[in-house]
Amino acid sequence: MSPPPSDVSVIEAPVSTDSSARPAKPAGARRIRSGPLIVGGFSVAWLTLIVLIPLAAVVVRSFEGGVDEFWNAVTNPQAVAAMRFTLIVSIVVAAIDAVMGVLIAWVLVRDEFHGKSLVNGLIDLPFALPTIVAGLTLLALYGNKSPVGINVAYTQAGVALALLFVTLPFVVRAVQPVLMSLDREAEQAAASLGAGPIYAFRRIVLPALRPAILAGVALAFGRAVGEFGAIVLISGNLPFKTEVASVFVFSRIESDATTSAAAVSVVLMAISFVMLFGISYWARRAEKA
Amino acid sequence: MTAGRLSLRVVALGYLGLLLLVPIGMVFYRALENGIGPAWDAVTTPPAQHAFYLTCMIALIAVPLNAIFGIACAWLLARYEFRGKRLLDTIIDLPFAISPVVVGLALILVWGREGWFASTSVIFSVPGMILATIFVSLPFVVREVEPVLREEGIDQEQAAATLGANTFQILRRITLPTIRWGLTYGIILSTARALGEFGAVAIVSGKISGRTETLTLFVEDRFQSLDLAGAYAAALVLALIAVAVLALMTILQRKYKDH
Repeated sequence: MSPPPSDVSVIEAPVSTDSSARPAKPAGARRIRSGPLIVGGFSVAWLTLIVLIPLAAVVVRSFEGGVDEFWNAVTNPQAVAAMRFTLIVSIVVAAIDAVMGVLIAWVLVRDEFHGKSLVNGLIDLPFALPTIVAGLTLLALYGNKSPVGINVAYTQAGVALALLFVTLPFVVRAVQPVLMSLDREAEQAAASLGAGPIYAFRRIVLPALRPAILAGVALAFGRAVGEFGAIVLISGNLPFKTEVASVFVFSRIESDATTSAAAVSVVLMAISFVMLFGISYWARRAEKA
Repeated sequence: MTAGRLSLRVVALGYLGLLLLVPIGMVFYRALENGIGPAWDAVTTPPAQHAFYLTCMIALIAVPLNAIFGIACAWLLARYEFRGKRLLDTIIDLPFAISPVVVGLALILVWGREGWFASTSVIFSVPGMILATIFVSLPFVVREVEPVLREEGIDQEQAAATLGANTFQILRRITLPTIRWGLTYGIILSTARALGEFGAVAIVSGKISGRTETLTLFVEDRFQSLDLAGAYAAALVLALIAVAVLALMTILQRKYKDH
């Protein structure tokens, strides 16, 4: 699976001037030294302390009162409403991202206009901008003092808008390099045989883009499920209406109900893992086939 | 055909404009509508100054630690085959898949007063905020450095070793110069994330104004206390940092292409 940072493909371009770069030999072919062991031990210890122990603590806490209490916590009506809304809004946002992401990537690759490189740079803005600023930004234009008369503050549409903002780059950045390297001969052949541009796109371009679209959608969905900063100001956190799962967990932590917070957190983690790792695995397999 | 192309362009640019550009422009406008003076006053109050100082301090501790860990991990993943390598690879990406709120909760459960390593000086104070920041920005350096190391191969390092260079010399003279742009890129992404983190830091900090408040927490605090001018002014500072980060990223990418 590829991480969110933008344009990794550019970084992967050969930096060296010599053409003899080749993959590293397996360790077995080399003299065993203590260096890798020390570095490896240090890395694993650091990762365990910073990431693994804290996450294990969440899982352990969620089951502290037994399976029954875990089940009670995750079937609490307010928790269920928050998780259901999170799932639905994330699916809607991921679907819009898929369509708009392909469209924007297509315009950035196949179209030519003034300021295109500026627009290309702008795509990464949601990654660079702190999420709380993203929320404030959307409220400034689409909040209750909106100068354009659109008010989405404290609505489900507002939550979707905030998620569309923070997940914008994922599909664009996944699709763009694939579209760039796509051979245009097949499209030209289809056009010369009388296929319309929409037909050619659907039958030739879209199948080639599918793994990239899926990878981008998976990242966008995972991000949407866990997002907090961009939503917290715009949603108003109305239980049963605009409260998403991450905000629900936050409110449980604030009221010191950490076991219930941990239980919902475990469900959240499970959803993003299944999406992220499942879809990236599936996309990798589809790519090989 | 031209009409179709034009309408696609209009839809794409219109979407980007309405979602990104106009809202950002609105924050700039709101922050500066009464002139630079009030905005400057709002971001130079003692709590604002402290928030700025604390944000920078946390980033200055978290980012170098991430860089060291990132180089070490990237080196292992690119140069060696070992059991559990795929597992390590997957675990490194975990912070990208976990909600910041869950990160905050996890740290409270480990370091809080009833936690596994119960401590009174981590949660609701700066060390906890540093731990949260390290967690959320952990994968960036690894993910940028590893492909560069893999691409470069081991020829130069082996040549240096044959000529009698020790590990430290190889690292300083060969490996670090090779990965410098990937490393820089990873550090920029890591720094941007560290400066902008909100959820995880909000939970472990206790949001004590003037003590454990970073710039992002300060923005929320001002907004909730209905001091919109202060919120917009602080948001403007963060947005300017984000734009600077974007510009740096673009320049670095150009550098890669030129090579």
